[in-house]
Amino acid sequence: MRVTLHIQKYNPETDHHPHEEPYRLDVGRGTTVLEALMRLKNETDGTLTFRYACRSAICGSCAMEINGTEKLACKTQIRPELERHGEVRVGPLKNLPLIKDLVVAMQPFWEQVRSIRPWLDPLPHEAVDPVAMRDAYKAFNNVEACIMCGACVAACTVYEVSKGFAGPAALAKAYRFVADPREAAVTERLDRLQGDGGIWDCTRCNYCVEVCPKDVKPMEAIVLLRRASIQSGLTQTLGSRHITSFVDIIRHEGRLNEGLMPMKVIGFRIKDFLRILPLGVRMFLRGKVPFPFKLKPAIPGIKQVRAIFEARKRK
Amino acid sequence: MKYALYTGCAAKGACPELYQSTMHVTSRLGIEVVEMLNAACCGAGVITEADPDLALAINARTFAQAEALGLNIMTICGTCQGVMGMANHRLKAEEGLLDRINAMLEPEGVKYNGRVEVKHLLWIIVGEIGIEALQRHVTRPLENLRIAPFYGCYILRPSKYLGFDDPENPVSLEKVISALSAHPVDYEGKTKCCGFPLVLEKEPIAIGMVGANLKEAKDELADALVTPCPLCHMNLDIYQERAEKKIGEKLALPIFHLPQLIGLAMGFTPKELGLSRHLVSTEKVVEKIQLKV
Ligand code: SF4
Ligand code: SF4
Ligand code: SF4
Ligand code: SF4
Ligand code: FES
Repeated sequence: MRVTLHIQKYNPETDHHPHEEPYRLDVGRGTTVLEALMRLKNETDGTLTFRYACRSAICGSCAMEINGTEKLACKTQIRPELERHGEVRVGPLKNLPLIKDLVVAMQPFWEQVRSIRPWLDPLPHEAVDPVAMRDAYKAFNNVEACIMCGACVAACTVYEVSKGFAGPAALAKAYRFVADPREAAVTERLDRLQGDGGIWDCTRCNYCVEVCPKDVKPMEAIVLLRRASIQSGLTQTLGSRHITSFVDIIRHEGRLNEGLMPMKVIGFRIKDFLRILPLGVRMFLRGKVPFPFKLKPAIPGIKQVRAIFEARKRK
Repeated sequence: MKYALYTGCAAKGACPELYQSTMHVTSRLGIEVVEMLNAACCGAGVITEADPDLALAINARTFAQAEALGLNIMTICGTCQGVMGMANHRLKAEEGLLDRINAMLEPEGVKYNGRVEVKHLLWIIVGEIGIEALQRHVTRPLENLRIAPFYGCYILRPSKYLGFDDPENPVSLEKVISALSAHPVDYEGKTKCCGFPLVLEKEPIAIGMVGANLKEAKDELADALVTPCPLCHMNLDIYQERAEKKIGEKLALPIFHLPQLIGLAMGFTPKELGLSRHLVSTEKVVEKIQLKV
């Protein structure tokens, strides 16, 4: 079958801007995007630049944007792409500095990973619980499958607007060390993740889960880090107060009280209170703020809801 | 056609205009709804962060209520759909999970048998009512309008638990926009995140996201946005002014709830659809289709 691949080209020495060029070639049933790129480089355009090594979804070097979504070129076949999108457009990963054609600089990615100290601070051998060790792999929640391809970081909607964010892959890796029964510095690790750029910067958009070629589910790992933080008493960030306040309101009323929620989260932080106040007033004038202290705010079956919450608490 | 309507909290709190417009549009389409007044919040993915089993139990209780009515559930919130769809999928698919959660509900005399489906109003319109039938109800075609769809996160991702639209290439909102005779605007931000979950604690990031998405829509000459999620609505509407300051550009993009846009094309008045409750004025758009707010 003869197809056209629209490939983004950019040579910093001659081009002002990246631009797309059409490349026509014959492909077979299972031809991958990477195979097509290799053939085009050999037969049509020797300047075409991209990274690859293993060709079997192991090394993580061929991640790129295919029809707008971050994928491994070696794992993505052309035909299904064509059927799904009616075209095949190939470009470099977003959110990372472009070097040439389909190649981006991975330094920011490596720095994110380094920032979480991706090595073990080991407990003395005798202190490691052998039973926990037996289940350790399960506890990692598949994070160790990460091939560091950067697809999740390129797709991350927070990293797009906030480059200080540690990003999904690095935070997933942080979780892997927190969950390791041999790790001695769990509390310190969690502590370091509380500030700006840490676990509370994730908006839970699920993009990293959706694009990861290895089912690492970085967002799930971030949620596990948040839970571990609250359980270890790190409850003063606005992010953790968001969770505890929400749970509290649902336990009492069964339904979210949007008038009360901001006040509970912000508490007595005057600066934050003044930040949300003007919006609250404008919303109130538009009839958008439900009165926070209704006499009977709860849903009719609240007793049942409370009982379910209480039973959980006892556990 | 009859559904158990799960309004979610937003439609009963900060977005009463969503509730109002839903009632008008569903009745015009001949969808009978029984409102689930006794259902609890789905947890919005937040209760899960504290305790996943608790979140499942609260949702299983809701599903059991619909099951008792012999009805499937209609959601009108993209976030509710994502959270409840995922919970329902897991309860049905994961070995032993339903039993474990039912054991938590048993002391309260509640049991869920896994026979309910959860569907967003958007899916019901596109998948069951059908686009042609929707078109037949259009009395005021939105001909001059360029409408940018904003899907938000949870109605698309994680797709393995949702499976209505293709997360890489969703089309249902576009279909509805076209059926109303408006022009759907294509832009990258349509499947991204509005930043709502961060807005209380990390406002600069959240408004950065609002600004980036809206600017893309604006650059494609959108007159307004439409969203199936009231939480997206809140962030894109309420925080738009701050986003404008951040990006140094006027946006003035009205945000419509899905049933508000449909309702306009069906001939309902701006008042019936609660348009005056928005912070970003809808006046310009309403003028374009020759109406007064
Ligand atoms: S996968 Fe490589 S080429 Fe693909 S990512 Fe890897 S090894 Fe590659
Ligand atoms: S879920 Fe969080 S980490 Fe993952 S892509 Fe979204 S914002 Fe980034
Ligand atoms: S988490 Fe997944 S997407 Fe992110 S770098 Fe690792 S393998 Fe790639
Ligand atoms: S997701 Fe939101 S709107 Fe839906 S029930 Fe939960 S808190 Fe309410
Ligand atoms: S909550 Fe993310 S798009 Fe609505």
